[in-house]
Amino acid sequence: MSESENIVVETAERMFADLADAQSIIASKSDAWKAPVWDALADAGLTLPWIDETLGGAGADLATGFALLQAAGRAALAVPLAETMIAGWLLARAGLASPAGAMTVAPAQPNGRITLSADGTLSGRARNVPFAADARHIAVLAATADGASVIALVEAAACQIAAGKTLAGDALNGVTFDRVKPIAQAPAPTGVDLTALMLMGAAARSLQIAGALETALDITVRYANERVAFEKKIGKFQAIQHSLARLAGEVAAAVSAAGSAADTLSGGRVAGDALLLEVAAAKIRCGEAAEVGAAIAHQVHGAIGFTSEHILHRFTLRAQSWRDDFGPESHWAVELGRRVAARGADDLWPLVASR
Amino acid sequence: MTAALTFDPIRLPPECEKLRQEVRTFLAEEISAGTFSPQRAQKSDDTDAPGFSKRVGARGWIGMTWPKKYGGHERSFLERYVVTEEMRVANAPVRRFFVADRQSGPVLIRYANERIKMDILPRICRGEVCFAIGMSEPNSGSDLFAAKTKATKTDGGWLINGTKIWTTSAHVADYMLGIFRTSAPTKDNRRHGLTQFLVDMKTPGITVNPIGQISGQSEFNEVVFEDAFMPDDHVLGEIDGAWKQATSELAYERSGPERFLETYYVLTELVRALGREPDLRGAEGIGRLVAQLHTLRRMSVSVAGMLQAGKEPVVEAAIVKDVGTIWEQQLPHRVRNLAAFVEPNVSNHETLERQLDFAMKIAPKLTLQGGTTEVLRGIIARGLGLR
Repeated sequence: MSESENIVVETAERMFADLADAQSIIASKSDAWKAPVWDALADAGLTLPWIDETLGGAGADLATGFALLQAAGRAALAVPLAETMIAGWLLARAGLASPAGAMTVAPAQPNGRITLSADGTLSGRARNVPFAADARHIAVLAATADGASVIALVEAAACQIAAGKTLAGDALNGVTFDRVKPIAQAPAPTGVDLTALMLMGAAARSLQIAGALETALDITVRYANERVAFEKKIGKFQAIQHSLARLAGEVAAAVSAAGSAADTLSGGRVAGDALLLEVAAAKIRCGEAAEVGAAIAHQVHGAIGFTSEHILHRFTLRAQSWRDDFGPESHWAVELGRRVAARGADDLWPLVASR
Repeated sequence: MTAALTFDPIRLPPECEKLRQEVRTFLAEEISAGTFSPQRAQKSDDTDAPGFSKRVGARGWIGMTWPKKYGGHERSFLERYVVTEEMRVANAPVRRFFVADRQSGPVLIRYANERIKMDILPRICRGEVCFAIGMSEPNSGSDLFAAKTKATKTDGGWLINGTKIWTTSAHVADYMLGIFRTSAPTKDNRRHGLTQFLVDMKTPGITVNPIGQISGQSEFNEVVFEDAFMPDDHVLGEIDGAWKQATSELAYERSGPERFLETYYVLTELVRALGREPDLRGAEGIGRLVAQLHTLRRMSVSVAGMLQAGKEPVVEAAIVKDVGTIWEQQLPHRVRNLAAFVEPNVSNHETLERQLDFAMKIAPKLTLQGGTTEVLRGIIARGLGLR
């Protein structure tokens, strides 16, 4: 990790520990914690790290932002940080400045389609947009009638936002654009299309999942070293040790796959099938790790981990719900499998070995 | 994460790509000369593995990381990684030199005297000698420190008596690195009392008996020692202290590409059998397997990078082997399911069937050899602070 990544991660982790501690959030039984941590992040420039200072951002590199997202995952942070970062990134691609406050991005699924009509208004529906109900603005990737991509900024209040929640209870909303007039719009540059947006979103979610699983492992190991049953610490039982070793393997896979995808996007020189391999693999493997890892973490905790008062669910439920955003595992597996097949059997190993 | 575990996104440096092309060209020549077939994982008995080893040695691809004065090439672990993975994917007959290259040579470099090093290491590098590992015994496998085969002090050396078992390649090996009991374990340390020896397999008093395997091969053996004499300078490292030497070397043995690529060939043939436009089920199946493969490789390269940096990533290496061997064990079963609706008239149908047959037979051993899943999970648990 570079010096600037370290500084950002340490700064963010201090804020998360002080203002978004999982146990304190559960004890507070309210959402009052959200505004202070958001303000702290925004004041430090961490909500728009990927944007030049001229466009209202902090001008950090992609790698730093990705490290921040993994740290946010480790805290199971439930404010629209990733969404605002991606929205700001998208707007900046078209030279549009980012407004203050929380944003989200639409579409947030690979089959979403929003159109820009000749009269300059947006129409269409985006399913499962994370935190739309909590966002002040939405960055939209739309298509014109002749197929060109356009990036637009709209006020969330100008859209119809359906009620909805994730497994973890965070806002997840259908957004309907009914002739919505954007605040600003500009053509998307070549290469910034729905696929590019989904790749960015999938990489972000992979890092968040990896981070959440890192903490789930920490919490679970700690619990196994404290909890006594049958007159010894349960971590001394071989059955528990082997379960935790499996959990560590899943966490290692998630961290590796997500880190590799982030590193690839940060480098900026890899495109096409190799980029698809990196990001699809991360989203698929992190999703699988979330499934296995959450099950083991809960199994080791027993009933206490199933209570609303315990912090474990903040990590395990978010890791699960993040799997569905920006394309679930099945979407990415089909995309990757089709590309691998189209290249042919003998080109599979060269593709894998190229990374 | 839990402070002990690191998996940084290490990339292979650019010089590796040139090397990779050289290896691919070499392997293509060997394949067209009929030395081996990439579609055939099961080597026929007349495969010219010794000749192949010498040609690999002549290219400078054995002992790549070792000092030049011992015949090595002082190249990086990452360059060695590239050679290893290309050989594995091509199903090249590497067994003759691979054990010496991976672990026996490094042990000799660290613990053997200069005369032995100058004698044996250059021959390993030339692909002329084959090594076996003598650890398991009839009543001690995973429980290495229960080994009973005895080394008794005699004039100028030691007499070995007892039996090693499951010793891969012993029937063709020139040397073995064996662990023998030189003292009884102590009350405080049951691992005490074992010593590592270099064994010349031509020593009188050594009998090798082949053991048939369920795969139809007999790669492993029983090795019986009856008053086999080992000279004093064949002791490697500290007398009674082999347990201290054994663990740090295992990171090399556990994290390489050979720990997830052993059944890779069935994935290639699955992609071929499903064709350029697979149905949804086929595409998703391929996509998931490729995602898992890529992730394992990224984990494994990360460990190679740590080894190159002089670290001892024992726990990370154990994780790679645990996750990797289970994946390569499950792979033929997953491929079999995904290929269930492949028409028999698909061109590679017979190849795929033959490969699946072999891969499913060898699958059970993949999580046993070189440290069982259970042993690995114990090591990982210790790394997590549970032991």
